Amino acid sequence: MRQLCKGNVAIVKGAVLAGCRAFYGYPITPASEIAEYAALLIPEVGGTFLQAESEVSAINMVYGASSAGMRVMSASSGPGLSLMQEGISYIAGSELPCVLVDVVRGGPGLGNIAPEQSDYFSMVKGGGHGCYRNLVLAPASVQEMFDLTVLAFDLADRYRNPVVIMTDGFVGQMMEPLDIKMRNIEQPAKDWAVKGTAETRKNLITSIFLETDVLEAHVNKLEAKYQLAQELETRCDEYLTEDADVLLVGFGIVSRVLRSTVDQLRAQGLKAGLFRPITLWPFPSRELCKTAQHVKSVMVVELNTGMMVQDVKLALNGTVPVEFYGRTGGNVPAAEEVTAQVFARMSALV
Amino acid sequence: MNGYEVIHEKSPAFYDRYLRKDELQQQTHYCPGCGHGIVHKLIAEALTDLGLQDRTILVSPVGCSVFAYYYFDVGNVQVAHGRAPAAATALKRSRPESIVISYQGDGDLAAIGTAEIVHAANRGENICVFFVNNSVYGMTGGQMAPTSLIGEVTTTSPWGRRASNEGLPLHVCELLAALETPTYIERVALNDMKNIMKAKRAVKKALQIQKDGGGFSLVEILSPCPTIMKMDPVVARNWVGETLVKAFPLGVFRDRRPELPPGPKIPVKTVAEALEVEESAPEIASPRRHHTRDLTLKIAGFGGQGILLMGQLLAEMALREQMEVSWLPSYGPEMRSGSAHCHVSLSHERIGSPLITQPEVLIAMNELSLHKFAASVVSGGLILYNHTELPVGFSAPQARVVCVPASEIADRLGSAKVANVVMLAALLEETECLPAESAISVLETVVKNPRLLELNRQAMKAGRDYVDTEIEVGAVSQPDGYSY
Repeated sequence: MRQLCKGNVAIVKGAVLAGCRAFYGYPITPASEIAEYAALLIPEVGGTFLQAESEVSAINMVYGASSAGMRVMSASSGPGLSLMQEGISYIAGSELPCVLVDVVRGGPGLGNIAPEQSDYFSMVKGGGHGCYRNLVLAPASVQEMFDLTVLAFDLADRYRNPVVIMTDGFVGQMMEPLDIKMRNIEQPAKDWAVKGTAETRKNLITSIFLETDVLEAHVNKLEAKYQLAQELETRCDEYLTEDADVLLVGFGIVSRVLRSTVDQLRAQGLKAGLFRPITLWPFPSRELCKTAQHVKSVMVVELNTGMMVQDVKLALNGTVPVEFYGRTGGNVPAAEEVTAQVFARMSALV
Repeated sequence: MNGYEVIHEKSPAFYDRYLRKDELQQQTHYCPGCGHGIVHKLIAEALTDLGLQDRTILVSPVGCSVFAYYYFDVGNVQVAHGRAPAAATALKRSRPESIVISYQGDGDLAAIGTAEIVHAANRGENICVFFVNNSVYGMTGGQMAPTSLIGEVTTTSPWGRRASNEGLPLHVCELLAALETPTYIERVALNDMKNIMKAKRAVKKALQIQKDGGGFSLVEILSPCPTIMKMDPVVARNWVGETLVKAFPLGVFRDRRPELPPGPKIPVKTVAEALEVEESAPEIASPRRHHTRDLTLKIAGFGGQGILLMGQLLAEMALREQMEVSWLPSYGPEMRSGSAHCHVSLSHERIGSPLITQPEVLIAMNELSLHKFAASVVSGGLILYNHTELPVGFSAPQARVVCVPASEIADRLGSAKVANVVMLAALLEETECLPAESAISVLETVVKNPRLLELNRQAMKAGRDYVDTEIEVGAVSQPDGYSY
């Protein structure tokens, strides 16, 4: 049964279906709606919602709940995620699963509350200290806000690692049909957790390893997980790429704009296609290379000054020319604007 | 010894051998004369006495006691500097049957973690905090603590702590005792046997309170740090008794269960109810029941005119007609009577950009929106304007412009609030993008109050009738702009 649902609400609904019964957060525009809706829904299904005194506390509450074996989440925006970075590093270092939502706003500093994709580096490349990765998912529709949240809890448990849903105010505020298929979601037993029981008494959650060789072994163990994730977890979506000469690449809300751009370009005789990474980490490099094999050029569009474009260039490794178009400050380009940009660069692109 | 019970065995709440240590697995890493060993012993013995070992989760901090998990045979969680009360909060709430101990030093609790301890205490979390105050940072090599005494020489207060530069020593018990919610707060010291026995009773009492669900306890333990103080262990212990105790008076600062007002009852829902999914809802057999058409719209006006709601009603109608739909609002800091607009896409195909910069239809609920957005309407598009006539000098040659005085009609019906529904009806009548029955059925679900529902029905009828009777087909500002 389809229901009209807001993106931010769909995230909370996905979390409830996934068995998340713990939410610790701190208000920040444009992510507050997620906390507000969690405050309503999570206690109704028997869970804990707590508004912490800061994002610093919130992420350490997430650490605590995850240590106890709960499916737990928090949601914030850039400034709040910056405060959480230490805690995220501890969570990854202690191999704890959790789901975090970053409804990206304009930055740096206080910036504004309009949509940007400028947290790409801080979420995708880490941001906290040490050798760790976040798995990062980038939904582009309300249905995906729901589906990818369910997936995020699954991935977090499977890899015992933070999973970030990186979205923006547009996808968060947008209403679209949401189709919820009710199902029972099995959670893993988590026999590593500290639950205050005789069975889990010997368990220890920590990220401190004093001996250099012991820490290196731990870092290598984490790295092995990340290698596995790169092998198994890349996800992407394509639109009209089979015969494309120009391949547009964008994620999240931008990919929606680019879909319209592809239609406009094709209507004007240019064979364009869209490649949309769904996982920003692991980045779908293999898939991109395969798709880009027969294109003449690639154009990356982002709501930042050029972040994912670096991963695109790394993946393509000079095989195809890569152009970039970015908007910031909360400006989301219209499809027509991107179309004009493509035509303006025709000489470079085709 | 007279008056004291001598315990000859190590508490079973300790590991027999400290296998998590790399070497010297039969002794702790604490320096000779350090207070941590005594505090560990008091906690372990209390856990054994109260039968709590299996249920206990010990949260160890950053500081000398970071390795408390080497020793305690309980569930162990090691956390970031200062955040133990936050982690302990969530551990306890996740596992209410567990006994959660937050073990912290003075830098951890009284400097970097001040927010966490104050708020955990203020929430009355049912946890025990054991706060070891030795007036200096031990693990990092003797820097100043928030509890360092005036004149105390440390590596970061080489001339002694100065009140003018670093303020006065922070009194945590006194600070937290200003809150209503904590149950038990006491400061004890490890300077002599008598005080150690008092400390033992305090630790046990705190754990008993948690066992009974009694709320937040904090025991501050004044403790010697001979190594950093460069003192003989006995001298360091005497320094605690003679100097530290004078700056931090011992005693009970709180010992009563707080009287908290009862909270509201939270409704219990199944997952399906929470997700608003009717598990038994039949799948709709015929996908499209009525004639519908693709359309992109921008709806604009003042906040409070029901602009966003009008878009949502339209989106809900399209959803029920099995169309694809997107609704995107303008959003900003909460502000009254600012301008508001939303974008709506109705489509039989998957929708690309939800951001509509060149709409086929503009609904302008005020003059400002008309001027601002009219030029963006596509050639052959439609503008519905909430007024009897167009402003002097206005023109939008590319579009058909229709004036519908929705607010005036709504006022006549008795409520300005239904102007948006009047306009919605006019839109449906003018464009036939969706059936009017669909609007009625959506309104029936959204509007629960029967009187208001009746008003909305009248608004629907009035909007439709106005277009039927007052608007001429093809009455365009520029005839070739009409494509409907």
